[in-house]
Amino acid sequence: MKNKILFFIFIIISSILIFPQNEILKDEPVFRVDSTIVSEFKVEDVSNDDGSRLEISCQKVLEGENYSFTLYRKEFDDTVFKTVKIFQSLPLKIVDEGLSYQKKYQYYLSVTDSSGNESEKCLIGEYSPKANLFKTDKVILFLMIIFYTMIIIYLVESVRKGKDLFVRKISGLDTLDEAVGRATEMGRPVLYVPGSSSMSDIATIASLNILGPVAKKIAEYETKLIVPNRDPIVMTVAKEVVKESYSEAGRPDVYNDNDIFFLTDSQFGYAAAISGIMTREKPATNLLLGMFWAESLIMAEAGNTTGAIQIAGTDAVTQLPFFITSCDYTIIGEELYAASAYLSREPLLLGTLKAQDYLKGFIIFVITLYFVILLISWITGGNLVFLSKILEILRFIFKS
Amino acid sequence: MFVRRTLPLLVSAVFGVALILQFFVPHPASKNFYNMMLDWLIIVSAFTYLIAVQSTVELHFTKIKRKVEGWQYSIIVLIALFVTAFLGVFGGAFMPTTLWMKIFPSVKPSDTTPLMYTYLYMQMPMQSTIFSLLAFYMASAAFRSFRARSFDATLLLITAGIVTLGRVPLGEFIYKGLPDVVEWILKYPNMAAQRGILIGVQLGIIATSIKIILGIEGKYLGGGK
Repeated sequence: MKNKILFFIFIIISSILIFPQNEILKDEPVFRVDSTIVSEFKVEDVSNDDGSRLEISCQKVLEGENYSFTLYRKEFDDTVFKTVKIFQSLPLKIVDEGLSYQKKYQYYLSVTDSSGNESEKCLIGEYSPKANLFKTDKVILFLMIIFYTMIIIYLVESVRKGKDLFVRKISGLDTLDEAVGRATEMGRPVLYVPGSSSMSDIATIASLNILGPVAKKIAEYETKLIVPNRDPIVMTVAKEVVKESYSEAGRPDVYNDNDIFFLTDSQFGYAAAISGIMTREKPATNLLLGMFWAESLIMAEAGNTTGAIQIAGTDAVTQLPFFITSCDYTIIGEELYAASAYLSREPLLLGTLKAQDYLKGFIIFVITLYFVILLISWITGGNLVFLSKILEILRFIFKS
Repeated sequence: MFVRRTLPLLVSAVFGVALILQFFVPHPASKNFYNMMLDWLIIVSAFTYLIAVQSTVELHFTKIKRKVEGWQYSIIVLIALFVTAFLGVFGGAFMPTTLWMKIFPSVKPSDTTPLMYTYLYMQMPMQSTIFSLLAFYMASAAFRSFRARSFDATLLLITAGIVTLGRVPLGEFIYKGLPDVVEWILKYPNMAAQRGILIGVQLGIIATSIKIILGIEGKYLGGGK
């Protein structure tokens, strides 16, 4: 009886001892994530972003074909794991995107052997990305804008106090009067194309700024002005600009609302329609000012075949050769933005024009300085430390 | 005066400064503001097309009414405008999968809407035709500009000749290093000149923007000052 009781107790104790052991064998993975690897993982916030990214890195060098690591991400109050990356070798540097700065994330790591057995997920840490309030990598650009604005304000104030500023001759703009006069003498209209872009393009605004003085001159000469548009907003603004200019010239009666009209928003449809106007109406003067793309040559060549005097201006570098080839005068790049000040000779606008020149001079100076220092550094074999420092600073400025 | 000039200048200044600052602020609130601005732009643009239609209709009706030269073309423009608008609004009813297939059993089902059909088989070929004219215009423009009348024109002629040759297989056949010469021309002298213009353009753009924000430039609103 005693033996039976002892045997029964032995069975129970054995069962108790064996049962949890079986449980461990059943649930516990064959291997674990090495804690030294986990400790090497770093999760950092990505700077200058909207709080949607975290950078995960591990500097430990580890190579092996038998294991693969899986990096998981889980929202703090959620149970769903999302695989961020599966990798086989270390070091690792990845950026986890699509996060929210208002949430907290947990990162887990697991290891899988060649048979496909995955270990339990080991917590690396809890992180929350930060939404930054300023792009520190753009600080030079920000300072440059402030510096440029200060120069403009200073020069505008100087002009207001009576300072006289020299403005170089822009032949394309000087010819505008002559071109309008020619149209008047020939009794033909002036065609003004304000570009193919919308009002959000600064070149279009610059073009409409030129349209004002041109329309005023045309009103004084009582010549017909045709302004076909590709954008309805540009058309509305152009109508307003021309109407005001006619009023300023004291000839609101000459203004015809139907002369400023919408054609089409199709790029080549617009070019075809303008070519048609050039052929049918035979304007004595074609002014193509604003933003143009591939249609520029179609318009300029169509105008060239009609024998009209053509003045074109654009800031699109790729279209400039076409205009230079087909037009009598071309307003190149920045001259388009200077045109408004140049034509009106308003002191305040001339101040901004001068600021443009000063900053351009400053940029040329910095580029030349960089080139000279680079040359000296190259001649001396890069031995002068202070030159390398200056070069580094200049490179940082250029990069910004 | 306030509504016509001061208010628009004030709106330009406020939104101009706000959008410049937005560029430097990466916070999601800043992005949301920018996206909201874009949405507003789309909404306003959509409404301005009504003005475009009004302008087109008025212009061509006047031409027909006054029987100006070529007034017949205005009829075609107006018919095209109204037919396209009709197909855009009610085109779904004419999809081959519905009404047409019942009337004409031989019509096969298709996903192409009538509006898309006019775009694909009328507008696109017409646009391509105009675009193809570029090749001929380029040839005539090149012929004019490549005449060696001065030193500059001669330099242009020589450079253009080298670049043209280097871009075709014949150039490589004549001299193997010619494509590299072309690459050098495009990468250095050409790029240097382009960047020079671009720096000026960017400064001009910033200056114009600042002028608008500060209210110095207001001609685009109409009127002189």
